[in-house]
Amino acid sequence: MYEFNYRRASSVFDAVSSSDQSGDASYLAGGMTLIPVLKFRLAAPSDVIDLADLGELKGIRTENGAVAIGAMTTHAEVAGSAEVRQAIPALADLAESIGDPQVRNRGTIGGSIANADPAADYPAAVVGLGATVHTNSRTIGADDFFTAMFETALEPGELVTAVSFPVPDRAAYMKFPNPASRYAIVGVMVSQSGDGVRVAVTGAGGRVFRVAEMEQALAANFVPEAVAGISVSAEGLNEDLHASPEYRAHLVTVMARRAVAAAG
Amino acid sequence: MTLMVTMTLNGESVSAEVEGRTLLVQLIRDHFRLTGTHVGCDTSQCGACVVHMNGQSVKSCTVLAVQADGAQVSTIESLAENGELHPMQQAFKDNHGLQCGFCTPGMVMSALDLVANNPDPSEAEIRDWLEGNLCRCTGYHNIVKSIAAGAQAMRS
Repeated sequence: MYEFNYRRASSVFDAVSSSDQSGDASYLAGGMTLIPVLKFRLAAPSDVIDLADLGELKGIRTENGAVAIGAMTTHAEVAGSAEVRQAIPALADLAESIGDPQVRNRGTIGGSIANADPAADYPAAVVGLGATVHTNSRTIGADDFFTAMFETALEPGELVTAVSFPVPDRAAYMKFPNPASRYAIVGVMVSQSGDGVRVAVTGAGGRVFRVAEMEQALAANFVPEAVAGISVSAEGLNEDLHASPEYRAHLVTVMARRAVAAAG
Repeated sequence: MTLMVTMTLNGESVSAEVEGRTLLVQLIRDHFRLTGTHVGCDTSQCGACVVHMNGQSVKSCTVLAVQADGAQVSTIESLAENGELHPMQQAFKDNHGLQCGFCTPGMVMSALDLVANNPDPSEAEIRDWLEGNLCRCTGYHNIVKSIAAGAQAMRS
């Protein structure tokens, strides 16, 4: 790891102003991605601003038909929350499927979505459930948040404070995990609510994306068979030693079908 | 730039001066000379470095020492009392839950986090929980048996 200056922020205001003054700072949430990245010397921020003391960024609230999760809430807390389990079981299941217990004890929802790993699980929840991302300065709709591989709509220094998930009528998340890391080779979140149907795919492309053709088919008839014959193009999908673009395209249909079946 | 870190390590209040980039596992092993916590992969996959921080299992190769400032940290060295193994350690010994032993401290610390929240885990729950702990010797079967036996010993 390269050297950096470490400091713990005392408030959101303090965190953001420290970042603005530095001009080359990274926020540290759970550190489950940032610390490995620093160890591999893939990043060299001059300052690391730890958000650990910001109680205002922690916790889960259910209000006005939505579940609001503070950015510093860990995956283990989301997976173990009776409130989340009751309101959006698909979201608790998704959190439970991330990494391993030690990663879930440290990793946070805010850190995950700000990092925007193309194979991370939470982007599928944010887009698949039509969530709203709250930052220190504004709110960003799910469809506008993830812009490219490891890229989001966040401005330099802008800090995610919470993610608000509207409670759907039904939803489910299915993923084909990398057996070693449990990152999604392909993960699909399907939801149905008064606002319509959403089908969001993570792991397959450079960023999470929706499948409009599946959404239309499910809006007409929410049964697994409705998506069984719909496939996405393999062009532009991710390719690595785990799966070819063609295989990922195939998995999108399979996972979508299973998610619809699980959503019942 | 160095920073002062103060933590409760295995029940004792300790302090050390560290760099921002010093890892918790480096502080534990190199500064405090508690070498029961191992560095295996150093990439947060293998779990040989698992310790407890504020009651939860964490991978100490992926936590900065400064993040543990003010925390309660416990390592494998905290378990045996007066030369007598902790029931979970004894269970690993009795059930041949280790061969080379390199992964064992992390296995035991991870198992104790599981049992703290789930005193009677099923075999499937144990196997699922061990996602983040790798063993290259045993094939896991005797580790799973050890954890079930350790949990049972801790209940009685």
